[in-house]
Amino acid sequence: MTTKFRMALRKPLEETTWQEIELGGLLREPGSARAYRVGDWRSQHPVWTKSRCIRCGVCWTVCPEPAIIEEPGGYFDMDPDYCKGCGTCARECVTGCITMVPEEE
Amino acid sequence: MEKFGYAQSQKFDTYASRLMPRQEYFTMGHRACQGCGEALAVRWVTKAIGKDAIIAHATGCMEIVSSGMPQTAWMHPWIHVAFENTAAVASGIETGLKILERKGKLAGPMPKVVAMGGDGGTSDIGLQALSGAMERGHNFTYVCWDNEAYMNTGIQRSSSTPYGAMTTTSPPGKKSIGQSTWKKNMVHIAVAHGIPYVATASPSYIFDLYFKVRKALETPGPAYIHVLSVCPTGWRSATDMSVRLGRLAVETGIFPLYEVVDGRYRLTVEVPKMRPVRDYLKLQGRFRHLRDPEINLIQRHTEANYKLLLEKCQAPFPEFPPMFPPEEPELVAGA
Repeated sequence: MTTKFRMALRKPLEETTWQEIELGGLLREPGSARAYRVGDWRSQHPVWTKSRCIRCGVCWTVCPEPAIIEEPGGYFDMDPDYCKGCGTCARECVTGCITMVPEEE
Repeated sequence: MEKFGYAQSQKFDTYASRLMPRQEYFTMGHRACQGCGEALAVRWVTKAIGKDAIIAHATGCMEIVSSGMPQTAWMHPWIHVAFENTAAVASGIETGLKILERKGKLAGPMPKVVAMGGDGGTSDIGLQALSGAMERGHNFTYVCWDNEAYMNTGIQRSSSTPYGAMTTTSPPGKKSIGQSTWKKNMVHIAVAHGIPYVATASPSYIFDLYFKVRKALETPGPAYIHVLSVCPTGWRSATDMSVRLGRLAVETGIFPLYEVVDGRYRLTVEVPKMRPVRDYLKLQGRFRHLRDPEINLIQRHTEANYKLLLEKCQAPFPEFPPMFPPEEPELVAGA
């Protein structure tokens, strides 16, 4: 599982204090919300059956995060750091190759 | 007008999901609910906007979830403004850029100016600023995320809430049917300003949404796009149904997709056979209390509005679903 979108932040969120925020609430780092791992929210995650996948990319287009990333072979897979487990990809998959599997402890 | 947008969009006419741009401008890590149709809409609208744009965003769901204070999910230069003045701020940005260009202080092409707001920030609170900006004819694009209530504060009704919907401020009960008024037609209000481009879009039809945003950006003058964005939390629907519900809204005629270019209507997604509105309503918990008479009322109202729109578009009438049950039983005199 690649995390190619992951960005090195200057400082973690927990260590940032209010004194360090610029006047006027300016945020100089675009897309810094990537440091927040929303993947902790999910209770289920999608699993691709590669034999039935036609690599159309519909799952990638309907993901409200983008938590679906393309692997080198052209297949798609979820990004475990950001997938919230909504199941939209499984519902919209053309061939029905995505199944939602409950998270394990 | 055909040379704007349409020429640009030729290369996407293959309608392949894989060929859509991969660069993300609304990044992962935002705090939207699971299955948020609005986040999906924002993702595709920002992709269509592309580089070199300034966004003014009203208070609302997408502002709350994307900009938790020391972090932001936006890749564009982005300013958060209050409910009332989104369009006013956007017109100020546009005028400032114009003056910078006139003085020769702006290197490169003119940045695109986009204003965004929820349905409360557009059709309720921000309407006067939007109306003024449209009337002055600033070159900007306004995108409205319509999730049909004030969702982030706890599902209060707005003027965009449809008839019969349950919200916390329009609860159904013995003396109430939920929301008692019909949805305000914000698109017609925008058309009435005589602006060059008005469109409705839905993230369930991504290519349609993409072309419309590109077209709106390339239109000189104000443009308005109304995006229906499904809210699983407020609509009380399953999280995986958000794209399906957006498609059902189009197929039942509740939210037809069309565009108005210089006052001429055109239906962009044609539905040959309409589905009954019951298919759309039964998937949402906010319409769970509705019974046959109310559903028939919504069906009649939807059909009448849809026929009016088709006449404006000069499009052929589709096959409408039969009414069920056909009519109310007549009261027997003296019974």
